[in-house]
Amino acid sequence: MTDVLAIAEHRRGSLRDVSFELVTAGRELADARGGDLHLAVVGGDVDAFAEELNVEGVDTIYTVDEGEEFNHDVYVQVAQQLIEEVEPSTLLLPNSVNGLDYAPAVAERLGVPIVTDAIGVAGDDPLEVTREMYGSKVETTIEVDAPELVVTIRSTEWDGAEGEGSADVQSFEADVDESQVRSTVTGFEEAGGGDVDIADADVLVSVGRGIDEEENIVLVEKLAEALDATLSSSRPIVDNGWLPKNRQVGQSGKVVTPKVYIAIGISGAVQHVAGMKGSETIVAINTDPNAPINDLADYAIHDDLFDVVPALIEEFGGESPL
Amino acid sequence: MKILVTVKEVAEAEDDFEIDGLDIDERYLEYDLNEWDDYAVEEAVSIAEEGDDVEVVSVTVGPERAEETVRMALAKGVDRAIRVWDDDLATAEMLDVGAKADILAAVVEEEDPDLVFTGVQANDDAFGATGVALAETIGFEWAAVVNRLDLDVEGGVASVHRELEGGVDELTDVETPAVLTIQTGINEPRYASLRGIRQAQRKPLDVKELGDYGLDSSVLETPVSRTAMYVPETESDATVFEGDAEETAGQLADLLRDKGVVEG
Repeated sequence: MTDVLAIAEHRRGSLRDVSFELVTAGRELADARGGDLHLAVVGGDVDAFAEELNVEGVDTIYTVDEGEEFNHDVYVQVAQQLIEEVEPSTLLLPNSVNGLDYAPAVAERLGVPIVTDAIGVAGDDPLEVTREMYGSKVETTIEVDAPELVVTIRSTEWDGAEGEGSADVQSFEADVDESQVRSTVTGFEEAGGGDVDIADADVLVSVGRGIDEEENIVLVEKLAEALDATLSSSRPIVDNGWLPKNRQVGQSGKVVTPKVYIAIGISGAVQHVAGMKGSETIVAINTDPNAPINDLADYAIHDDLFDVVPALIEEFGGESPL
Repeated sequence: MKILVTVKEVAEAEDDFEIDGLDIDERYLEYDLNEWDDYAVEEAVSIAEEGDDVEVVSVTVGPERAEETVRMALAKGVDRAIRVWDDDLATAEMLDVGAKADILAAVVEEEDPDLVFTGVQANDDAFGATGVALAETIGFEWAAVVNRLDLDVEGGVASVHRELEGGVDELTDVETPAVLTIQTGINEPRYASLRGIRQAQRKPLDVKELGDYGLDSSVLETPVSRTAMYVPETESDATVFEGDAEETAGQLADLLRDKGVVEG
């Protein structure tokens, strides 16, 4: 009972990166506990996925040929049956939108504890999981004194596993009770909002909660214009309807890698950071010197954006609208 | 139809704070209605306004202080509220996902709602697991991270958009009764009106103990415990521009010109 079972994630024909990060985290954990790492892939072109997933560190890959896309009712049943077969101590799943759509149900069905959004896992008994609280202001250690548990891992916290693997690939016949499948995925839809693609921009002027009011958006619009840059934003701005969805940077928006990313009044929540940390140069304008965005920034101004942005607009020959 | 909305009073830490033992010192915490739950309340209330004979009940697990938050939900249009609390809950070190699901499941059994709305996650500990765990416990169907909802009450189907990563929605039909975890941005939460706030004072807010639902302290037993809290070492190696706004703006302008990404 020292083995680790991870279940890969795929969508619309492609494995998601977190699948390979699960291998890295799972291998670490299996080594610490002296067990094997089993990886399963459920649905889609499982044979092609298995070939791709056969990277260094995986001991066994189970291919489960059930459906095309993720369906939580199927995944919960398959996970339960895989666990009966493999008897792992830890079920490792992605802390993704789909991971959180079935991991808690699996834990509840098995009657085992779940710890989500892990950023570190130490293999000693009892298992210690590191996770954040209070909007990334603090980290906590969560100890789980149980023989079996479910852990979901935050994406990009572990490097993706690479290298040629030598896993034993097996087909696993799951017995899915269709009467327990009470949801149907009917399609996918891309977020709309016009034809601006923020992922194409060299310079992004990105605005967050610190802008306070809708009528202040004009200030960053003016800055973007003065710099000949493109305007983007963090999630709350889009949630409020102040900018369209296609301007949103982050996990549920776009991933951007501009030459310069100017974060204005953005604290740097983890979901936002996931979408912009690959930028070449990051500039943060924020009154709070402890805001998480400063951990990523190459340059920072710890001052009121309502003072700095007008001055910056004037630097480039513009006139502040406020 | 009855909709049960779970709400949580969450703590937010001030910019400067101190840690006392396993949590942030109470003096540096401010309490508010969880942001996601605000959207869940709005979704339920707007369904009630559009439909006939829809009752919206909110439930929270929390101390007396949380009544302020609960009254806010009542002021926004929730019909009636339940707050679960007792000495066992007050002294519990940690309410883990399973315990929350079991307590809420007991409330669901008593209330018998057609739909349960929860927030996707709570601002403070961000486990993001209670809604789906609850669904499994009570045998409801579910959908996590819902950012659009079309309800076919007679057909017993909730057609939802689930907000996946990367600007893609998954379209899913879910059989009801169901638990839906509600994402921010699904609607525009209203502000409580003065009239609403006055009315909220007269709406029922029942305080229940675990025993009222046939539960006891064993429901709180968990192998999960928090053993440390600390401020992570800062990884910041940013060059900080100093001076007044004109000076810092000037330095930033020079940087942008040096990078060759701007003209002028």
